[in-house]
Amino acid sequence: MAIEKNIKKNVCEERSCSSHVLKIQSDLSTPLHLHDLWAYRELFFFLIWRDLKIRYKQTVLGVLWVILQPICTMLVFSLFFGKFAHLPSDGQIYPVFVLTALLPWLFFSNGLTTAGNSLVGDGNLIKKVYFPRIFIPLAKVFGGLVDFAIGLFLLIAIALFYGIFPTTRWLLIPFELIFILAATTGISIFFATLNVLFRDVKHILPFLVQIWLFVSPVVYPPSLIPEQGRLLYALNPMVGVIECFRWIILGTTTLTLGMLCVSLIMTVVIFVASLLYFNSIEEHFADVV
Amino acid sequence: MDNDVAIVAEGISKKYKIGAKQLASPTMRDLIADACIAPFKKIKSAIKGEHAVISGLEKTLWALQEISFEVKVGEVLGIVGHNGSGKSTLLKILSKITRPTHGQATLYGRLGSLLEVGTGFHPDLTGRENIFLNGAILGMKRKEIIRQFDEIVAFAEIDQFIDTPVKFYSSGMYIRLAFAVAAHLEPEILIVDEVLAVGDSRFQKKCLGKMENIAKQGRTVLFVSHNLPSVRNFCSKALLLQEGRLIAHGPTDAVLKEYLQSTTSFSAIKTWSPHECPSNGSFRFLSIRLLDTLQQEISSVHLSEDATIEIEYEVVKEGVHVGFSLILFDIDGNCIFSSPNNHEPHYYGKPLKSGIYRSKCCIHGDLLNEGRYTATIVGFCANRSDSITLDRIISFEAVDDGVLKGDFYGKFGGIVRPKLLWKTERKG
Repeated sequence: MAIEKNIKKNVCEERSCSSHVLKIQSDLSTPLHLHDLWAYRELFFFLIWRDLKIRYKQTVLGVLWVILQPICTMLVFSLFFGKFAHLPSDGQIYPVFVLTALLPWLFFSNGLTTAGNSLVGDGNLIKKVYFPRIFIPLAKVFGGLVDFAIGLFLLIAIALFYGIFPTTRWLLIPFELIFILAATTGISIFFATLNVLFRDVKHILPFLVQIWLFVSPVVYPPSLIPEQGRLLYALNPMVGVIECFRWIILGTTTLTLGMLCVSLIMTVVIFVASLLYFNSIEEHFADVV
Repeated sequence: MDNDVAIVAEGISKKYKIGAKQLASPTMRDLIADACIAPFKKIKSAIKGEHAVISGLEKTLWALQEISFEVKVGEVLGIVGHNGSGKSTLLKILSKITRPTHGQATLYGRLGSLLEVGTGFHPDLTGRENIFLNGAILGMKRKEIIRQFDEIVAFAEIDQFIDTPVKFYSSGMYIRLAFAVAAHLEPEILIVDEVLAVGDSRFQKKCLGKMENIAKQGRTVLFVSHNLPSVRNFCSKALLLQEGRLIAHGPTDAVLKEYLQSTTSFSAIKTWSPHECPSNGSFRFLSIRLLDTLQQEISSVHLSEDATIEIEYEVVKEGVHVGFSLILFDIDGNCIFSSPNNHEPHYYGKPLKSGIYRSKCCIHGDLLNEGRYTATIVGFCANRSDSITLDRIISFEAVDDGVLKGDFYGKFGGIVRPKLLWKTERKG
């Protein structure tokens, strides 16, 4: 009996019980469980690791797909939009022009489609275990960074092949990454949350992404848009994202400063709004998912 | 603050809104259709998630009401109550999975929550990978998992299979691995929801042993279970919930007694009026009665005499097969026996014509020991998924009439008191 009491005392002291005080209240102590984001950071990486492992395990193509997707798309687009349709390409060689846009585009489209259904797909986790829920769609978006990195190597190889060399502008790539992440995260979280309430959002998403492809300057430059419409066009955050990346890699762009500002502001607005939206619906997740 | 309090719950309440449309998630198409009728209001409230407003129906259900209690460090608290009493909701709130509508709780110490075994397991990953994934999901740090890895594998007894994808595991291996990871969580406060009823009996013993160790180490445990004997063995105190309210909180024996009393009917007869007969579309129960050898209704049984439990039922769907199982429990909730009627020669396993039937189960004399018993009756059709369980539907007393006892003085221990054949011979 005395020994047990001793053990109990030791457990308490060793773990310094009072340092781990968990308060459960009807409202969150910090929005989005910010205080828990750091504590659970390891789980975030585990979730990303899980998605990557699963992708590679399921198919042989899984590993190759990372390269095949941008290459095949580039070839098809170059043939049909570049060669047959004669779409302009800002004076650049069309394949390079389109591949530069494809990297951020694929990051966005893959991130949006996988994150869109993530909260419902991992509903089991939400109902049985606690961790900051934002990690679920966030892990899907951040998982795309691996694909982006591999795609970048591919882009460098193809650019070199066409005689385009890296310049000091390329040092701005990390800032571009922040831009892409902010835009993708904001939009993905909005749709992930919406999907919890309306289950057909996951069916609407592929269609939406298809349309979005044409509303973004992937296969054509922004100069194709009539001048009066350009600022409106820039409300699409991907306009700023893609053209910034083109400017960094290739040095040319038809993006104006005004358009860039519009895209940046839209990105920030969507990012903040979607996080607020997520936060307000989050308490219902376990009951609805 | 008291240094020896681990959990303080004050006024925890949880409300759910129920509306007809809440049950099926609305689609964006519905939303757009509704929006055409009353644009801004509908869209705004729908995006906010207030479905009840769309449907026009709004009922509220209080899953928990004003639950307040304290748990001291090192205590093992059992939580009992019927299905629907709010036990799982309380655990979810304490585990931060869902937030209370009112009230608050404070937990002093690291929390580990086991509401399900194998959460997050992915079939394509190997055992090794799933250990890390599941451990991380449960809140273990990577270093901890590495440190405990060998113990986990040894506990689960799957050493050779640790690098095969989990989809190739047998269900037993899967469960053992899942429990092994969960068992090596080392939180100060552990919340466990009925996960122990897994695996074969040898493994169950191992699991219970591990749980006992955890309790002995001075950790606080909250244990929800329907397995009353294990609650009794394991928990020093218990909490009884009924329809969302805290009914009792105190020493385990007293609380369990109250639980059994509240669930047990004291009557040996149960009849239903026509509109409340338990029914599943194929047949319905009309009455359950306890009868003696003369087919008279009785409420207590003499130990040496036969007793009959009669089930009267009506077959409403022509051609169904109907079977029954009688499960008897003693006053402590131990199961004495389970007896299906599958050896009944005339009507079991055969399609029945519509009409009223009576099935009788004879419990022969000189079997039961003295005491109070409750009977659960399960009725099922060929398709077991639509069975009706009448939990603890009748209860009766078994009284010693002295026939078997004869001139023997003293108490007869044991769950049963059968009359066995004794033979003596003289050997010279």
